[in-house]
Amino acid sequence: MLTLNVNGEDRSVEVPEDMPLLWVLRDVIGLTGTKFGCGIAQCGACTVHVDGQAVRSCVLPVGELGDAKITTVEAIGATPEGKKIQDAWLAVEVVQCGYCQTGQVMSAAALLRHNPQPTDEDIDAAMSGNICRCGTYVRIRQAIHQAATGKPVAEQTIAYNLQKGPAQ
Amino acid sequence: MTLPIPDVAQPSRRALLQTGGGFALAFFLGVGSARATISARPQPGDAELAAREGATFAPNALIRIDREGPVRLVMPNVEMGQGVYTTEAMLLAEELDVGLDQVIVQHAPPIDALYGTPLLKSQTTGGSTTVRANWMILREAGAVARAMLISAAAEQWGVPAAECVTKAGVVKHAASGRSATYNELAEAAARQQTPEKVGLKDPKDFKLVGKPMRRIDSPSKVDGSAIFGIDIRVPDMQVAYVITCPTAGGTLKSVKEDEARKQPGVKDVIRLPHGVAVTAPNYWAAKKAAEALEIEWDHGPNVDFSTEGLFKALDEASRTGKALVARSDGPLDRKGKTIEAVYQHPILAHAPMEPLNAVVHVRPDACEIWVGSQVPTRAVGAAAKLTGLPEDKIILHNQYLGGGFGRRLEVDSVELAVNIAKQVPYPVKMIWSREHDIRHDIPRTAYLDRVSAVVDDEGYPVVWKDRTCGASVPKRWAPQMLRKDGFDADLTECSDELSYDIPAFHVEWVPHDMPEAIPIGWWRGVGPTHNIFKVEGFVDELAHAAGKDPVEFRRKMLTKNPRPLSVLNKAAEAIGWGEKLPPRVGRGVAFASPFGSHVCAIAEVEVSPRGVIRIRRGVAAIDCGPVMNPNTVEAQIQGGLIFGWTMALFNEITFEKGAVKQSNFHDYRMMRLNETPPIEVHIVKNEGPIGGMGEVGTAIAAPALANAVFAATGVRLRRLPLDPRLLADPKAGAA
Repeated sequence: MLTLNVNGEDRSVEVPEDMPLLWVLRDVIGLTGTKFGCGIAQCGACTVHVDGQAVRSCVLPVGELGDAKITTVEAIGATPEGKKIQDAWLAVEVVQCGYCQTGQVMSAAALLRHNPQPTDEDIDAAMSGNICRCGTYVRIRQAIHQAATGKPVAEQTIAYNLQKGPAQ
Repeated sequence: MTLPIPDVAQPSRRALLQTGGGFALAFFLGVGSARATISARPQPGDAELAAREGATFAPNALIRIDREGPVRLVMPNVEMGQGVYTTEAMLLAEELDVGLDQVIVQHAPPIDALYGTPLLKSQTTGGSTTVRANWMILREAGAVARAMLISAAAEQWGVPAAECVTKAGVVKHAASGRSATYNELAEAAARQQTPEKVGLKDPKDFKLVGKPMRRIDSPSKVDGSAIFGIDIRVPDMQVAYVITCPTAGGTLKSVKEDEARKQPGVKDVIRLPHGVAVTAPNYWAAKKAAEALEIEWDHGPNVDFSTEGLFKALDEASRTGKALVARSDGPLDRKGKTIEAVYQHPILAHAPMEPLNAVVHVRPDACEIWVGSQVPTRAVGAAAKLTGLPEDKIILHNQYLGGGFGRRLEVDSVELAVNIAKQVPYPVKMIWSREHDIRHDIPRTAYLDRVSAVVDDEGYPVVWKDRTCGASVPKRWAPQMLRKDGFDADLTECSDELSYDIPAFHVEWVPHDMPEAIPIGWWRGVGPTHNIFKVEGFVDELAHAAGKDPVEFRRKMLTKNPRPLSVLNKAAEAIGWGEKLPPRVGRGVAFASPFGSHVCAIAEVEVSPRGVIRIRRGVAAIDCGPVMNPNTVEAQIQGGLIFGWTMALFNEITFEKGAVKQSNFHDYRMMRLNETPPIEVHIVKNEGPIGGMGEVGTAIAAPALANAVFAATGVRLRRLPLDPRLLADPKAGAA
């Protein structure tokens, strides 16, 4: 029995120590916002924060985590950087299919936490490990600049009070 | 797989081409057949479905208004990134007169007759058809609902309907000062007659359409709450990990499961014709156990199949095979200087970010499926066949798709999941590893094209000949799409009708099938992605041979064609075409009219002394007719270009001994953020006809890039992906 601190809560899980954090989050705890893309740390869809650092959870055995604090996309909006990133993501409309975007948001939030005013080179370095097959990179860059500066850097979408959807 | 616009009763081939940019599906559609598809008005089956969904007022299959809560809009197409949930909701909400803050969207159940795309006669999302096919129907559907709400209010208040107005989900009667919400009117509206005719808004009064409305699905996709197929969890579910014979068509000979059985959590080992699946409570446990299996394969008949052999066979077939002619007209016997070239296109995997998956529960009396599919009704048909259950006992819940790109127009993964689930009593979530996803794709096939032109004294083509060689997707996927003699229009889409003024054309296709065990599929941009690379590369070659500027050369051939010309001019102006550039930097232009839109892309590249291509800048101009959401148009062009440039720079699936060599993102590379240039998109306004958007950027990407590489290096690369080894600077020596 391992105890993991996920999004501020201690969770006891009955899993082998070599099981990657990704599958503990998705299949055991039931937090499905963290995505499976490649299984070999090549695509970044599985990015979570461990003690504030962006890591690829698909290759991180849970046995190595100890009492580290794990943050997933489900809770990143509660941090100042996470909120800024999510807001900017919506304002410039980064999302297409959306499957990689939770990982993108996690990488971007970690970047802002450590570097509140990243340059284009900083963004390249922090975000090149996250693949987006839809090709949303141009707007990812814009959204990070917008989140950092608070100033609109591209056309802004017209916001409205969205319902959660679709109903299952 | 492009389509004509709707409402063309018996269109001539040329009319289809002018309006839709292709006629591949005209045959498939069976134009004029009476089969029902989505409608603004009630159809058989509507009432039963609405009752099952507990809807108070369901004027058609697309809109549900209840006594309380938001208006529910049922999405006939699927959301895979292209933004159609938002566009379709905008069109319905616009004429219904509600805000997007007053609606929620729901995935449609699989029913061709209620949710089929009219031009495809089936519930299929593909071919950049959604908005082209449905936009007027959705508007009318909104207007029908609004008219019935007004007539309910007018009846209750005893006032003329004409005196009532609507705004943001409320009907008002100014003279009496009365008003009622749509929720309050739902019950009475359900008793009104469906109007036979309704007026539609003047586009100048649009509140939503044409504006950069925020996507309906974005908030749930940035906070992790959106549910994709892979995220489905149902009670008692087990996860299945699958191993399939690496050799195409190979079968399972034997499997020893002792070691696998010892792994923690393992539930069942399931034998399949071409592989083995292991189920366990989670993916990791299933994978670990599957990897402990000792499997022996019968590698089957394709052990000698290789990509190298395929290209040799294509080359041979292209020289000696019998061709099916797409068109042959004009004075083809003109003599003069002749220029020829051979273009080659690799096999491609789709590699959507969400690996293929499906949750299936086969019970004695029914089969329940949760999956993100571009063809939900096709998946139902496949499951019915495999289970022996009638189609109405197959319950399919469609989901958000983590990328489609044509991969989810296939149901092979659903079939595999059904075959696993048939053997166990519990629900199974089958998830493909990325390696399985790439190695067992239904890939885009390879092509070899011979193109030639006779040019006049100034170097402009007077005879254009094109002979493409490769396999047909519809031959398997929808044989009814083929011409009687087997001709497949996808093979010559965007190569048999050019906007350029060329007097004589001969365009033909030599079929060369892939092995039966390697089915091939649709890939984003379909025929146009294949053909525009060759056409626009070759036009560039002709310009160079004529000693003319490539933009000027195209302009001259477009003088009679104002819509394409304005797109070309806009892109050239935006990038500052003609500026002097540093050494080993070059700009390449490409223009085409795929999917009923007109698009021009210009790429600026720098090629390093060792031959590495860096894209410095991209500019595109697009005329797609009426614009639904300009933000989406920009996103589709940016993303489409990146998808196409990824292909041109990195992507090739190779077979050796009948097996795919590539396996994951380290050897099937994707463009990354640090490799992405700024991309400007300019919308050229035009009232119509309306064009498709989802595949346009991809189809135009590769030729612009290859032409830029030529401008930068003087090396003409006619085979994709572009090989950097051929681009090293001879002056730089061995770097």
